[in-house]
Amino acid sequence: MQPVATTFFFYFLSGLTLIAGVLVITRRNPIHSALALILALLGQAGLYLMLYAPFVAGVQIILYAGGIMVLFLFVIMLVNIEKSQREEQFNKQWVVGILAAVALGVLFVLVYTKGRSLFPERVAQLPEQSNTQEIAVMLYGNYMFTFEIASLLLLVAIIGAVVMAKKRI
Amino acid sequence: MVEYIKSYLDSTTTPGQAGNMFWASVYILLIFLGLSVAVIAMNWLERKILAHMQVRLGPMRVGPHGLLQPIADAIKLLIKEDIMPSQADAFVFWVAPIVVVITAFTVFIVVPFGPTHAVTDMNIGVLFMLGVSSLSVLGIVMAGWASNSHYPLMGALRSSAQMVSYEIAMGLAVVSAVLMTSLNATGTGTLSMIGIVQSQQAQQIWFAFKFFPLGLIAFFVFAVAMVAETNRAPFDLPEAESELTAGFHTEYSGFRWSLFFLAEYSAMIAVSSIAVTLWLGGWLRPFPHLLSGSTWDLGFSLLPGITFLLLGLMAFVGVFRMPKHPYFRVQTIGLGGFGVVLGLIGLLLFLPPVRDRIQDIFWFAAKVAFFMYLYIWYRGTFPRYRFDQLMKVGWKVLLPVGIGVLILTAVAGVLL
Amino acid sequence: MVPITTLHYLVVAAALFVLGVIGVLTRRNVVIVLMSIELILNAVNLNLVAFSRIYGLHGQIFAIFVITDAAAEAAVGLGILIAFFRNKETVNMDEVDLLKW
Repeated sequence: MQPVATTFFFYFLSGLTLIAGVLVITRRNPIHSALALILALLGQAGLYLMLYAPFVAGVQIILYAGGIMVLFLFVIMLVNIEKSQREEQFNKQWVVGILAAVALGVLFVLVYTKGRSLFPERVAQLPEQSNTQEIAVMLYGNYMFTFEIASLLLLVAIIGAVVMAKKRI
Repeated sequence: MVEYIKSYLDSTTTPGQAGNMFWASVYILLIFLGLSVAVIAMNWLERKILAHMQVRLGPMRVGPHGLLQPIADAIKLLIKEDIMPSQADAFVFWVAPIVVVITAFTVFIVVPFGPTHAVTDMNIGVLFMLGVSSLSVLGIVMAGWASNSHYPLMGALRSSAQMVSYEIAMGLAVVSAVLMTSLNATGTGTLSMIGIVQSQQAQQIWFAFKFFPLGLIAFFVFAVAMVAETNRAPFDLPEAESELTAGFHTEYSGFRWSLFFLAEYSAMIAVSSIAVTLWLGGWLRPFPHLLSGSTWDLGFSLLPGITFLLLGLMAFVGVFRMPKHPYFRVQTIGLGGFGVVLGLIGLLLFLPPVRDRIQDIFWFAAKVAFFMYLYIWYRGTFPRYRFDQLMKVGWKVLLPVGIGVLILTAVAGVLL
Repeated sequence: MVPITTLHYLVVAAALFVLGVIGVLTRRNVVIVLMSIELILNAVNLNLVAFSRIYGLHGQIFAIFVITDAAAEAAVGLGILIAFFRNKETVNMDEVDLLKW
């Protein structure tokens, strides 16, 4: 299956993701930030689809946009007090923070452009039709131990979250 | 032009896979039209069937036997005043019904009406459907919060807690059905919707009847979870009028409310399509191998035409039972015209070229219609669950049963 | 137009990372800081999946595990936030100073 209008969709999706990212960190109302983050996650799922990773895109939509963000919205509704929206939104060291982050970004871009010759630009032929099957073979074959550890991690997280949010332990 | 259409009708892949944008857009337009007609028909059918179950008649005045009632409702909703609460968050208030409608409609991209009659056949079709229907929870949370009022907020929180809990049971039931697809000759399963139905065709059994009680239990778990997922009776506490004054869509009026209503019925049709595809064999006709042969094929292929002729006959019986009074002249003529149209469609479906192509779509639509009737039946029969009972059923009954069915299906698939 | 190479995706991921770091370092609201952390994790995921197109499926599997870990961490982080909010009735980061001398 031939991809259609790759350039347009790349710029559209990445522009959407970046604009949504800017909205996340600048909105006063946390609900608006959460909605912008959902938009960023959906844009990112589109970028995954363009990178021939449909399974990761599906997992991102189900878990991140449909699970984690619902959790965020619930908690925001629990702790959303009007007073916090009228206070000062950015803390005292915002200038240093932005400078440090921009320096980090410049470092990344320098590393990429200077090291561009190090990673080959050949694209591995990932057949898209059997992406899920191949991920399954690898996940339950090479990475079986990691899979079980991840399930243990989720169990620990469940117990931790329940204990944290209880009124009386 | 005609050759272009003919060349398309003989293709062997879906338009999405063939990269054919024009036909994909035609399919999307057909899905929009079909969903609108289906939602209007569901509205009328729900009121009439519910009424007949409660030994009353339902809408009878607006058209003959209330057939124009949904159109009158639609016009009323369109001309109602559009109210927004004063302290409501305007942007989120505006966006919430749009999100719910978009997620309800996007699911239909992967729903297969036939072996090549889907907009596209994604490799991750089932995952896509689960993901997009979990995005509708966000729209409901936004609607409840943006209304800036107690009842919508409570309704939205209850509704989203319910939907999130039953999504897990749905996912487990879906995984056990997908597990059964890998028991075919090549040994690889598939997540694509068309692949699942073709796997049922190759294994010559609908997944609801495979490994006798296991497929059926998984199907029942999904059937219960899908009713809870769409906030319908008996799990409709978040939007019941006696409990929460219409829940998360209390503050919406006019066209915005009709968007929620449209999204609810579309979501019902969407999850019924998933259930039909995964367990009831999608577009396959009953007993293709037991009752095979050209006479049985001919008999089954006459069924769509016979169905529409029967519906036309019911319309004519209604015409003969109309009171013979000048007040009812227009209604009688209208019902007669409706019966004639249904009869003509039935006769059209007897023609051989149409008959062969309409088979898959007819069986799929018939099975989804059966599920719609089940939804209305549940609403007329069951009392409502209290919210703690609802959560108890979701977490303490459906989730363990789902896990048990998954483990037993895996064991049975390896041993048998 | 220049064809889209892996470098384009890496630059987008770096930009998302920088936005997330700015969010963590400059905002006062704890919930928004947690959301910026999610942005950082997403940037890392995009990087992994972009490289997996060259080097094979290992990147995508790593990305799946990162998403799982992000879910666990978000749940526990929000639990801590709720426990803290119940004590102090505020979501301002500057007032998280109970252990200050």
